[in-house]
Amino acid sequence: MTDDPKMAWAITAEGSQFPGPLPCGLRCIPRGVDELATEHLVLNMGPQHPSTHGVLHILVELDGEEVIAAEASLGYLHRGIEKLAESRRYHQVPTLLDRADYVSGLHTETAWALAVEQLAGIEVPGKASWLRALLMELNRYASHLVWLGTFGMDAGAMAPFLYIMRDREMLLDVIEAITGSRMMFNYVRPGGVVADLPAGVDAKIRAWLEVADTYLSENDALLGGNEIFRMRMKGTGVIDRATALAFGMTGGCLRATGVDYDLRRDVPYCAYPELDFEVPLGVRGDNMDRYDVRVGEMRQCIRLIRQLVDGMPEGEFSGKRSRVLKVPAGESYAAVESPRGELGIHLISDGGLTPYRMRLRSPAYFNLAVVDEALAGGLIADAIVTLGSLDIVLGEIDR
Amino acid sequence: MSALGILGRFAAMLVLLLVNGVVLIYMLRKVLGRLHLRIGPNRVGPFGLLQTTNDVIKLLTKEDLRPDSADAWLFNIAPYLIFVPSFMAYIPLVFGPTLAVTNLDTGLLLAFALTSLVPLGVLMAGWSSNSKWSLIGGMRAAGLQIAYEVPLLLSALGPVMMAGSLDPARIVAAQSGVWLGFIPRWFVIPQILAFVVYAIASQAETQQTPFDMSEAESELITGFANEYGGMRFGFMYLAEFSNTFIVSAIGTMLFFGGWQLPWVATPAWLAPFVFIAKTYTGIFVMMWARGSLPRFRVDQMLSFCWKVLIPVSLAWVVVWACVQRLWPVVAMAVSR
Repeated sequence: MTDDPKMAWAITAEGSQFPGPLPCGLRCIPRGVDELATEHLVLNMGPQHPSTHGVLHILVELDGEEVIAAEASLGYLHRGIEKLAESRRYHQVPTLLDRADYVSGLHTETAWALAVEQLAGIEVPGKASWLRALLMELNRYASHLVWLGTFGMDAGAMAPFLYIMRDREMLLDVIEAITGSRMMFNYVRPGGVVADLPAGVDAKIRAWLEVADTYLSENDALLGGNEIFRMRMKGTGVIDRATALAFGMTGGCLRATGVDYDLRRDVPYCAYPELDFEVPLGVRGDNMDRYDVRVGEMRQCIRLIRQLVDGMPEGEFSGKRSRVLKVPAGESYAAVESPRGELGIHLISDGGLTPYRMRLRSPAYFNLAVVDEALAGGLIADAIVTLGSLDIVLGEIDR
Repeated sequence: MSALGILGRFAAMLVLLLVNGVVLIYMLRKVLGRLHLRIGPNRVGPFGLLQTTNDVIKLLTKEDLRPDSADAWLFNIAPYLIFVPSFMAYIPLVFGPTLAVTNLDTGLLLAFALTSLVPLGVLMAGWSSNSKWSLIGGMRAAGLQIAYEVPLLLSALGPVMMAGSLDPARIVAAQSGVWLGFIPRWFVIPQILAFVVYAIASQAETQQTPFDMSEAESELITGFANEYGGMRFGFMYLAEFSNTFIVSAIGTMLFFGGWQLPWVATPAWLAPFVFIAKTYTGIFVMMWARGSLPRFRVDQMLSFCWKVLIPVSLAWVVVWACVQRLWPVVAMAVSR
């Protein structure tokens, strides 16, 4: 029996003194009694729990308040999206993908469109690229707002969440005016987008841009400016650079550890090469850094949206689209920087009417994998905020 | 005191507690609603005033469930163990010059003793539910609320020294008149440090955010009250609001002159209204904090208590004792 708490989960069933059958047959096996003769507690956090952000089930082994080991148990929201895509025509797949990451569907749609275009060699008009980028940035901001609000709730602050929802409501109004939907957009298609900007939406976006900075500063002051919040975030949930890279983390979680990697800049797509923005970075990789990086990203978002609205080119919003899209046999991979990280679509076509195989590289899935490392050693309250700071969306993880 | 008198006072306490509960729940919803950019209840009755009564009817008519594996006796008795002390703590409150359930020489001590029984009930509820979440909630209550009793009591010592009595009526009476001709003789002015400690400790004592460790919605769901439903849960809820009223009322008596208006003499009929108004102002501030702050972490809350609040309040007791002892001597020396 090892004394290293990180190794607790590695102990085999024979070595455990846990009475009765082992829970779920998972790796998380209680160590039994320690020198104080106190039993460790295995707590099933979720799938019904206010802070697991959906139907996530985490097994945590507790020594009092301290988390000894943790393991995520996934699959409660599995709908077989990847398999279903194999029996859908190419233009039908975005409907499924909207339901993967339901907080920022436009990113998944765009990744799909890019992958199909790459394989089929479809040219996209300049304006469509700009529209995609605009919509993605609007959606990124809305997604980060959801994260910011729920993160505050995880830390016990109720008020910021509702202030943030006011902000998000304005943004969803804009997105609804453009795409016709608040959540399941189905807006980006291979070859372009479904519709041009409607009349009057420009004024709506500018009205939001007027207040966006003020609202963001207000929300940031309520959370990041609060001493209690800072005390809880600093130094908790530390994920170092090596761990983050080893687990394939991307997005804000990776940048919080100081790795300068943003697909929008490093593997440019859509209108991003023509835009001017910065990539905020963290140092320590703790909860505070992840908070700061995401709030910094939101400020950059506002900057990007302003540029996109000002510089929106004239022209067609979509290239010629045939009724039935046939994609030549082959493979392609396209990735976008979703609010959670590198969201990739790996597409294999056999030349038929439907994809042969579609694989979604879900950034939140990779980010979530780190919970074993990140939660152990903290307290229950740290585990909750650390999980919140990873910004997971179960729809995308379980697919 | 005749049996009828006792019964009458008992009934008055009960009515006060229930009315308080109803009003405070409505107030909490409206205050939090406003803080959260919401409206709060506004459907049932004028301005949503009947929402709380509907909720009480719902709680009363719900099936009384108890988990199979719970410790039946403890599980059943815990809500009352939480409720009864907070009900009894109304006894020493002084609502007016002659208006109190009963005058006790050690009324303040009684109030604190009774409120300190509440964590016992919370621990019992958490333990007997036989649920891991409840257990953690109950253990937190045992560890934290009992710890915060200490600064709460120490911070009350300053006003007690100034009044020279543990009788709430005398503490209030000692705060009549003015200092230097215009400052009301409220103990909060010299005892501001003690008041800050009292305010923080009472927020923790009533389990409100940022100190709602034993409930901790985002961590423990509802902590110790997880397995409770129906009126048993209602009693716990009622006790929480009753406790809020009591700590605020005691704070009013200790630091803000109780039922007295500043500068002018208070007519006897007005006194209870002044007292209630001051108490509710205190409750409003507590709700304000509750609506806007995030939660502490367990270890931070404990170390804050043991490393900050208790030393500060202890030091303040010593300092104030010296000041009060030496002041006459110094004043006499100066006047000579």
